Amino acid sequence: MFKSFEPNKIFATTSKAPKYVLFLFIVVLSIGLMEALVLSPEDYKQSDAVRIMYVHVPAAWISLGIFSSLALLSVGSFVFKNKNFALIAKSLAPSGFVFNIIALVTGSIWGKPTWGTWWAWDARITSMLILALFYGMYLLAWRIYENKEQVIKVTSLIAILGVINVPIIKFSVDWWNTLHQEASINILSTSTAIHTSMLIPLGIMTAAFALFSLLIFLMKYNTELIKVKNKGLNRL
Amino acid sequence: MINEIISMNGYGTYVWSAFSFTLISFTALYFVIKLQLSKEQKRFISKFGSLNKEKARAARLQNINREILSNTSNI
Repeated sequence: MFKSFEPNKIFATTSKAPKYVLFLFIVVLSIGLMEALVLSPEDYKQSDAVRIMYVHVPAAWISLGIFSSLALLSVGSFVFKNKNFALIAKSLAPSGFVFNIIALVTGSIWGKPTWGTWWAWDARITSMLILALFYGMYLLAWRIYENKEQVIKVTSLIAILGVINVPIIKFSVDWWNTLHQEASINILSTSTAIHTSMLIPLGIMTAAFALFSLLIFLMKYNTELIKVKNKGLNRL
Repeated sequence: MINEIISMNGYGTYVWSAFSFTLISFTALYFVIKLQLSKEQKRFISKFGSLNKEKARAARLQNINREILSNTSNI
């Protein structure tokens, strides 16, 4: 079923793609930064502090998206007994973790001028911190365990358990009284609380961040494939 | 104009530090992953070089090995 996704078949593409993705990322990021820092208007309440949204929100979205993908790939590796799923998940995790850290740090920086504090044990922030811990455990497990079967089981378990936290993060602002504002954008609805002049830079920055995670994924995936092939040379 | 962009109505420190942190994280992650990739490629090439003729021929039969050898610097 997944034969067309076998490493031997896709390496030709994944090894050549990073340079094109890097070029596209630099172009989209440059446009996004220009929009976010210069062209987009200031907020009537938050003034220019609102510009932090253009790095904070895409980072949070992508870290959540990547963790959900880790869980999905982990289920896939259990169900279809396909080790390539685990390899893809392992290659996605570093960028997801970095995006999670960026969301936490930029959120903290944004919190100071808007809430008057760098940190609050608020439901949204705490659940994002828990996600970072799950990412940390996931990455650490790949370093600690040497047995391949065992590491796939442990990392899959971490990803599946951790994904329970994803809907908690999403709905934390609705379920509890939090300092964090409610969602301004709903992908299931056409209405949004954000004006187009701010939505456009947000979209461009999200695209740039997605391209960056694709770039890191491709480079990491190629590294993992070469690692596998190195082991193969030892067996010759 | 430049001063306005730098000061950001008094929020410059917050805005610029958030953007700087993001871009520094991107750069650091990119170079760490690139270093890992080139290390693994070098290891592959040195292992491949140490194979005898027969084993090297067998290894070359795999497309992926040929691709790795032809892509010594990916980016």
